[in-house]
Order: sequence, then structure tokens, then C-alpha cells
Amino acid sequence: MLGVVAGALFAALFVRLYDLQLVRHREFSLLAERNRIRIVRTPAARGLILDRRGRPLVETVPSFEAVVVPEDASDLKATAGRLEKLLGTDTVLQKIAEAQKQGRAPFNPVVVARQLSWKQVVALETHQLDLPGVSLSVAPGRHYLYGPLGAHLLGYVGQVTRGELAQLARYRSGDQIGRFGLEQSFESQLRGRAGGREIEVDAVGRRLRLLREVPSQPGLSLVLTIDLDLEQVADGALGERAGALVAIDPNNGDLLAFVSHPSFDPNVFRAGVSAATWRQLSADPGHPLEDRAIQGTYPPGSTFKLVMAIAGLEEHAITPHTPFVCTGGLWYGNREYRCWRKQGHGRITLHRALVESCDVFFYEVGQRLGIDRIAHWAHALGLGRKSGIALAPESSGIIPSRRWKMRRFNERWYPAETLSVAIGQGYVSVTPLQMAELAAEIANGGVRYRPRFVKAVEQVGGQPVRRFEPVVEAQVGASAATLEELRAAMCDVVNGPGGTGHSAQISGVTVCGKTGTAQVVKEKQGERVAENAQPLKHRDHAWFVAFAPREHPTVAVAVVVEHGGHGGSAAGPVVKAFLEKFFALYPPPGKPAPVRTAQSAAPAQDN
Amino acid sequence: MAAWFDKRTLYHFDWPLLAGVLALTALGIMTLLSAAYAGRQGWVEPVVVRQLLWAALGTVLLLGAALSDYRKLAAAAYPFYGLALALLAAVAVGGREMGGSRRWLSLGVFRLEPSELMKLALVVVLARYFSREPPAGGWRGRHLLVPALLIAPAAALVMKQPDLGTALVLLMAGATVIFGGGLRLRTGLGIVLSVALSMPLAWHELKPYQRARLESFVNPQADPLRSGYHLIQSEIAIGAGGALGKGFLKGTQARLNFLPERRTDFIFSVFAEEFGFFGATLLLAVYAAMVWRGLAVARRARERFGALLALGFTSIILWQVVINVGMASGLLPVVGIPLPFVSYGGTSLVAMMFGVGLIISVNIRRYLF
Repeated sequence: MLGVVAGALFAALFVRLYDLQLVRHREFSLLAERNRIRIVRTPAARGLILDRRGRPLVETVPSFEAVVVPEDASDLKATAGRLEKLLGTDTVLQKIAEAQKQGRAPFNPVVVARQLSWKQVVALETHQLDLPGVSLSVAPGRHYLYGPLGAHLLGYVGQVTRGELAQLARYRSGDQIGRFGLEQSFESQLRGRAGGREIEVDAVGRRLRLLREVPSQPGLSLVLTIDLDLEQVADGALGERAGALVAIDPNNGDLLAFVSHPSFDPNVFRAGVSAATWRQLSADPGHPLEDRAIQGTYPPGSTFKLVMAIAGLEEHAITPHTPFVCTGGLWYGNREYRCWRKQGHGRITLHRALVESCDVFFYEVGQRLGIDRIAHWAHALGLGRKSGIALAPESSGIIPSRRWKMRRFNERWYPAETLSVAIGQGYVSVTPLQMAELAAEIANGGVRYRPRFVKAVEQVGGQPVRRFEPVVEAQVGASAATLEELRAAMCDVVNGPGGTGHSAQISGVTVCGKTGTAQVVKEKQGERVAENAQPLKHRDHAWFVAFAPREHPTVAVAVVVEHGGHGGSAAGPVVKAFLEKFFALYPPPGKPAPVRTAQSAAPAQDN
Repeated sequence: MAAWFDKRTLYHFDWPLLAGVLALTALGIMTLLSAAYAGRQGWVEPVVVRQLLWAALGTVLLLGAALSDYRKLAAAAYPFYGLALALLAAVAVGGREMGGSRRWLSLGVFRLEPSELMKLALVVVLARYFSREPPAGGWRGRHLLVPALLIAPAAALVMKQPDLGTALVLLMAGATVIFGGGLRLRTGLGIVLSVALSMPLAWHELKPYQRARLESFVNPQADPLRSGYHLIQSEIAIGAGGALGKGFLKGTQARLNFLPERRTDFIFSVFAEEFGFFGATLLLAVYAAMVWRGLAVARRARERFGALLALGFTSIILWQVVINVGMASGLLPVVGIPLPFVSYGGTSLVAMMFGVGLIISVNIRRYLF
């Protein structure tokens, strides 16, 4: 009797073991492994960003963070209180609570403060005995060596948000992600791949030994086309004024300098920017976060006359010898459109009209062309469209046409509006990058390159991974004769009698350029108010576009100085300072290279 | 003493039963080594040494019991029971408390667990009571008053420690001897019925943690970190063992502390994780073989006292194995009970070995009268 019962019971046990150990073995194996193995990520060091000569602009440096293992703190509240006092924060307990809510495993440390200053590190070290459970750990941190210099180009990184984590599979809480500029555009190259360590833990979570380690793969480095020295001189030349400078190599579309003022220090974003700092940055009336070089749209003013001249010649609306008479203004409809020179320029042809920037001449050209043909050539020259630069978000600016106005305002085009466009006012707006491209196209005989600022992607050791070759976006389609006519005129703008751009002259190299003074306030049409007689915010924007040398140009540059006043007097000197430095570093063909001094390696002394 | 030199003693000695006990004890010490091993090489925990000493003592007692006449025990049955009960009472008064329960008496160099002695004593005293020929038709209800008075205080004291598992084994082993003694059909059915009816009452007598265990048995995931933890971790350990196991000293569930009570109540899980389905089945087969032999001894015994002794001791082995393995594998609620010969615990090991010695003695004597 008991034998039968015993047999049945042993059979039941046997079946149960069969189920657990054979049928469901995989499931329990997994659970056992999950019990004992903790995976700890080791974040990858982000790639460097180097200038064209290999000098680092952005580095990844060890940065200290304060971590707390709540299990090791005898009195967590007291420890957290002391820690908060030493760090000057009040979020320690809050961060621990947050980690707890997200399901922290026992003995897993919580990062309570990142990017500690040297002072904070020392304070923690010296008070270690009062802080059981608190320790320092090292994580890769982003360091922008030159602070605000080129910040708009380089961008910045921040911590991934909870929303992003839900979408990006390879990111984990606490990871950094590119938020702006190159850091954002080249995130996938710069990021690298995080490694991991499998650590065996016991039931209470104590770490016993390392089971397996997959080393992290550092991110790739970017070699820029930007020259650090040029960037610094451009930055210095703009000084405290708002504005932008973009310099391009007309032979391949390389960006040599890229400055937007005012700027910001991307280092403040590393630790996760505080709400107060963010508010301060975004509410700043100077809009330091705006990248004026590609997002700032300004009326081009007289620099637009370069477009008018090309369109006029190519459409045979005028020849280089077509004369107009400037009497200081032009009556159209029932009102007068004035030239900046009240006494007028008299009988005038294209060359002198560009050199002296006669408005009346281009009113006439505009009337002959009509708005659509102007728009056609402006587009061909790269205005009113995005350049294809790998930075977001780029503005396209506005080149008006009849179709554009119909779409935008549902209104027909009035011929009088063409007169404003002819001198770069009215609806027209352009970015500094587009104007630098325009100068480059005139300089190189009509090739529109896609602006490029990353020359190569390299591994940490310098082995190239990928080179970026120049990309020809389009041929402008203007004849060689037309472009030579413009180059000659631009040469005399800077060097000839009556030229408006003498301020950009430098010794030894013939600079060619065009000034522009763009009205900010819509003054009563055709009226011109004396410079400096207005409050700053109503003052005109100053433009200067240039290339050099006259023969075989190696650099094209566009400068805008917000509310700077006259292009020749405000923007010209910036171009001059920039080009002097440029030709000191990259002497024009035929000239002996200057003796390099140690100074060029010490950028801080260059200004 | 003449029996000492009787050739038939050796001839009729139940070698397989002895081999089973020694094999299980050896496996137990090996598993204990693994359960105590915390990754430190060349370190033998003192518990292993202690268990070895107990095993040696147990083996001596086993042989002694096997070779002497078990019938002498009939006279000593009531004093033996009285001694065990007194020790239990002493535990209740001045016992040593460990892990929330009071089960041990400190005796200088070692600790005694009287509830393990009581298992033996209860079987002996009940076997003695029922060794008379039953009246025609079987024992009646009124005959069960004395056995009830013997079982009740013992089970109550053990329950108070609290040690639900051992109390359960006392009840079941007692019931086995009573049923084995030959009950009238009506009386037997009455007992079964009244046990079933008193279940809800027993629920009220349970401590809160015992109730929580029962609840978590029904749904272990309800509270995976507390009362359900033992059960979940034990199932993981057994399941992770797979067909052939992870190998000696390689069970992570035990070594890294995920398994609670792994030297005592959950030692089966440690064994099953390291030796797999193969090892666990083999272990069960050894127990099954021992139970089968024990029952055969009871069936073939020449007189009632010996038969009931063999039946009672065999049933202790059976019930403990079933409850322990059933609990470790999640078939039964968690009640603390040692796996015979394998779990750490000196009193238990020695008492069980002595019990097996008596079974062997019963087997030898049937040829000697």
C-alpha cells in the first residue's frame, strides 16, 4: 500500500525534474545568468576635431564625476547633505531617488554630479572619510580648447534625453549626443562604440570578478578645412561687433574660416546645461546661439550689384559700354529713387558704376532685365538656395520673383519693386556663406563648389578612413568675358580711383572686392540718411565681399557687420586684417614664403 | 552477544541499504563542500569537517544498531520517548535561537536538535504500542487515544519552535505506523475525513511567515524578493542544471549566494544545479531503492514490533525526501525539512543512520529467531 504511494510520489518528482531540467532548461539558464552577470558600459571616447593643419580644436579629456553607492553609505541622508555642501548643489538625494525609480540594481553606483571642477575634486578627496559610499570616477568629457571660437561650426554635445533614448537603440542614459554644428552633423562618426564589461556579482550585488571585457572603440576624428590661425584672426577682427565672416578657397570650396558673432562657450553644455544658463543664452538680445554665417539672412545691399552686372551682361541687357546718366536719382512712377551720391555720377558705364557703386545705373539695368531674369541669375550664382553644407539648419535666403511673390503674398509683382532689388534691398536676403560663394565663383571663373569643411575622417592614430573630395555643385554659366569684366571692376573697387573699398587694400597682394551697405529700417523709399546719425539698431549692415589675389585667386571672403554702417569703412578693415594673415600663412604664388616663426605655433599671440 | 559471531548475521546483513546510506552521506558531504565553497581555493569550511565527524559517529551507531537485537528497544521505548519529550521541553524553555526559531540545545562543543531524536522516539514508541495483536476487525477509535496523546505534545512542541516541516513529518510518520498497525476501515476513513476538515483550522494556527510561504507557493511572482524568493531561486538553480549539470563547484546559484538555506533545506537545489537531471534522478533512484528495501523488510518481518519499526523509519525517509525535493522543485510549499543523509545537521544524520541500522537489524533477526 505505502509502496504504491511511494512509487507515485517518486514518479511525480521525476516528472517535475524532467520539466525543470530538460524542458525548461534554457529559460532557467538565462535567469541564472541574469542573476549573476551585470553588464557595465564603458563609454567610448569621442573623436577629436582638428584644424586643417592637424591642431586639435576639440578634445576628449578625462572628466571627474561624483558617484554614490547608497549601500555603502552608513547614513545616506547625512552623507548626501555633506556632499551637497561640498559640491554646491542640492540635487544629490534627488538623483539617487531617480535612479532608484528606474530600477537600479543593488551596489550599482549613481552618478550624482558630472564635470567636477578641480576645486570640487580636491574637496571630495580631502573629505573622503566623512563621505562613506561616495567616490570619484573618471568619464570621457568634451573640451573645446578655444571656448567660443568657432563654436557655431563645432557645435556642442549634451546628454541624451529620455525621449531620444526611446528612439535611439545604441544610446543609454547618461550618454552624450551631438546637439549642434559638426558635433551633430557628424555624430555617427565622432561617437565611437561603447564597450562593456561583464561583471559577476553575488546575491547582494557585490562585484566579484570580471568575466569578459569588450573594449570601447573611440570615435573617429574630423580633420577640418578650417585654419585655426585664420579663425582666430577673423574672430579678433570682428571684435565685439555682431556679424559673420566666411572665407572659402575658390579652387575647391574649402571653408578656411567660419565665424559668427557673438558666440557662446560650448563647454557649458557638457554637464547638461542648467535651465538658468539656457534661458540666459536663448533670451540674449545678441542671439549668440544663432549661426549667422548660414542662418543669418541680411539684405545684400550693393554687393548684389555683382549679380546685377552678371545678369545684365549675360542677358545682353547691357554691354560694358552701355552708358546711363546718373543725376543723383531716378523718377519712377510718381516718386524719385535716389542714388547714394546726391550730386549724381553723371554719364557712367558698368565698370565705374561698380567701382563707385552707382545706384541709378543699376536701377536702369534692373528695369531692362525685369525681376525674373534677375532671379534666374541670382539662383545660378547660388543665392536663394541652400548651399548643401553639412550643417543644420541652413537658411536659403530669399531671391524674389513674380512666381515667388504670387506664392508668398498672392499678389502680382510691381515693376517699382525691381528697383529696390537692383540695389540689394526690398525682399532680397542672403547669408554670408552665399556671398562668400558668390565671390569665389567670380574668382574661379564660374564654378560653384559645395562648401566643404571636413577634409577627412581619421582614426585616432591618424589613419585616414575617408577623404572628402571637392564637389562641383554646378557651373554658373556666365561667360569668361563677363566674369573678367567683374574682376576688373572689383579690383578697382579696392585699388582704383573713386573705389569704395580702399580700406581692404593690403601690401603685396592685389585684393578685389565689393562693398555693400544694407538698409535695416525701411526708410522712406529712395531716401538716404547720413551714417551714424541713427541709433545703433537702425544703423545699416556693412558688407564686404572680396577675393585675392587678382590673378589666380586663392581665397574668397564675405564679411557682414551688423549695424556696422558703411561697408567700406566697417567691413573693409575686417577683410584687410583677415587677408593679411591669410597671405602671411599662405603666400600668393610667385612670392617667397615668409620665414615661419615660432609664433605661428602659438596661436594666442597672433592678435 | 552470540549473534555477533553468527555467520548468518553477515550473510543476511542488508548490504545495499548500507551502501545507499553511505553513498548518500558521501554525496551530501560533497554537496556541502560546494554549498560552503565561496570561490576561495583550498579552503574547507568547518561545517564540512563537522559533518564528516557526525557521519563517522552515525556509521558506528548504524552498525551497532544493526548488529544488536532491536527487540531490546521495545522495553526502552517509553523512557526513550520521555527523554526526547523532555529535551523538546528544554528547548522550548532554554533552547538556542537561530534564524528566528528555537530548535537547538547547546551542549558545549555541539548543538543537539531534539526534534530529530523525537522522530526516532515516536516511531519506536508507536511501534511498541501497536506491537500487540489487534482486535478482530482492526484497531478502533478508542485504541487511538494513547497514540494521539503520544503524538500531540511532540508535534505541538516542535510546531512551537517553530518547525512546521518536522512537525509535519512527525504527524505523517505517526500516521503511517498507526495505519500500518491495522485500523478498522471506518476508523481509518474517519481520521482521513477529520484531517481534511481541520485544514482551515490549521491555517489559523500558522505564523504569518508560514502563511506567506503558502501564498507565495500558489503565486511566487507576487512577491519575488521576499517570500517567493526561495522558491524562484531554487527553481532557477534546478532548471539551470540542465541534463548533466554545471559541474562540481560550478553552480553559480549556490556559490554566489542566490540560493538561501543551501546547506540545509535547499541542498537538493545545489546538487541538481551541479549534477543536472542525470545526478538528481540518480539521487532519487537511491532513495527509491532504499524505501523499496525498507518496505520489503517491514513486509517480511517475523513479528509486529520489527515490522512497524521498519515501516516507520522507512516512511520518515520517504516523507522527508518527498517534502524536501517537492519543496525545492516548487511542487510543494516551502517548509523547512532536511534531505535525509544529505542536508547539513548532525542530529538528523546520526538519528537517520541509527534508524537505518534498526531496519537492518530487523532484517537480520527474521532469520535468527
